[in-house]
Amino acid sequence: MPESVTPTVSARPDGAGPGYESVSVATRDVHLAFGRNQVLRGIDLQVGRGETACVIGPSGSGKSTLLRVVNRLLEPDRGDVLLDGVSVLDQDPDALRQRIGMVFQQFNLFPHMTVLRNVTLALRQLRKLSRDEATELALRQLDLVGLRHKADVRPGRLSGGQQQRVAIARALAMSPRVMLFDEATSALDPELVKGVLSLMADLAGQGMTMLVVTHEMSFARQVADQVVFLDRGRVVEAGPPAQVFEDPRSARLGQFLSQVL
Amino acid sequence: METLATLWEIFFDWESMREALPEMLTVGLPNTLLLALLSAIVGTLLGMLLAMAGLSRSRWLRWPARVYTDVFRGLPAAVTILLIGVGLAPLGLAWWGPNPYPLGILALSLIASAYIGEIFRSGIQSVEASQLEATRALGLSHSAAMRLVIIPQGVRRVLPAWVNQLIALIKDSSLVYFLGLVASQRELFRIGQDHAANTGNESALLLAGLFYLAITVPLTHLVNWVDRWLRDGRAGGPEPDEDDPVALAGETALPAGGRGTQHA
Repeated sequence: MPESVTPTVSARPDGAGPGYESVSVATRDVHLAFGRNQVLRGIDLQVGRGETACVIGPSGSGKSTLLRVVNRLLEPDRGDVLLDGVSVLDQDPDALRQRIGMVFQQFNLFPHMTVLRNVTLALRQLRKLSRDEATELALRQLDLVGLRHKADVRPGRLSGGQQQRVAIARALAMSPRVMLFDEATSALDPELVKGVLSLMADLAGQGMTMLVVTHEMSFARQVADQVVFLDRGRVVEAGPPAQVFEDPRSARLGQFLSQVL
Repeated sequence: METLATLWEIFFDWESMREALPEMLTVGLPNTLLLALLSAIVGTLLGMLLAMAGLSRSRWLRWPARVYTDVFRGLPAAVTILLIGVGLAPLGLAWWGPNPYPLGILALSLIASAYIGEIFRSGIQSVEASQLEATRALGLSHSAAMRLVIIPQGVRRVLPAWVNQLIALIKDSSLVYFLGLVASQRELFRIGQDHAANTGNESALLLAGLFYLAITVPLTHLVNWVDRWLRDGRAGGPEPDEDDPVALAGETALPAGGRGTQHA
């Protein structure tokens, strides 16, 4: 397993700003049940390197569960998950998760640590960086999300939007090849949503592979390369945003869009 | 008026108090603090092990922890101290001579650990599952996540309850007098009691009581202060936020929804 300490941000050959060394993500016929509740019923997904896929759908459709199968917080009952064509199911889950960043609806920062320690924790524990190296890298990440000046405060003192930006910095500090966003703005007050979304849009523009579960349809329309509509554990429709939003083929997607738009 | 004066004599005879004071300070207080401190350390460490065992996925750890807790929480402290202090005395005699302190401390620790284990377990269990999920998502192992994220948060939440238990322990340390103490081994209660018995006056015992209060009352206030400090961090009071007008107070927000985390 490649575990090198590559810089998160490397120059892109076209000089268009920082780019990320990302991988493609695919799921093949993924099934998952909680007891008798079939949550995923055969999910096939393909997200190319550096692409952003937005997963939309009604609550209970399996969106968040799907994200958790990708980094194996949940194990599928059947099917496979591939990063750059290689199955993740026979990799060490802890090593796998170091290559996959995840951002949660409720931020899930560690409230007993400063913002800085939230970001350095994994760098120190897993990358085995020295305190100085980890601090430097973390401060750079915090700088990118505009919160370097909050390094020494506890997360409880930050607004929701700031907390979520720290959570993004925490994930990015580990140089992930893929980012998973689980309704990253759903718990935010409306005026704080924009800052987080624009950060996510920047990431997408810099070539990060992203799987984004979201209710922000305008974000999906503007940023996604692909929009995936999930309902009752199945991909009902997937395609470029223009197609999915302007020309829904299934009645269920049409109905869903008429409710959220 | 006569009765009132007699009562005053019984409790507030300054002469008896002055007589008992030197011994209380030089013998009783150090001995009580020694008993309480060592039992607190051993009891807290044992309690943490018990909490871990109680939260284990293996029933072979959970089950013995359960039985241990039930037994030592269920027995009167006096019974445990006598059973251990007297029952194991032959062993103690062989190892460190006739000093009753080691077995007394052991008995106090066993009692305290049963309660402290439950306190820690409840604190650790109260930490949202989403904290574990977020730590695992970073790539940390289950044990690293427990050690660095879950247990520190859980223990902080129950610090006041933990100190309550230490206060109970300080008071229970008076029970080691059951084990027979020579003059230099007497702790606060025993010295107060001896003086009271000699003078037929309770003032020395009241003085012992004041010593206990002088230890326990500041402790409760100290823990409240520490509790606040841990919640707020070094910064102290709320600081104005120049970036966002809306600052979320409190620790983590709501726990994540009903999704389980099944770890490989």
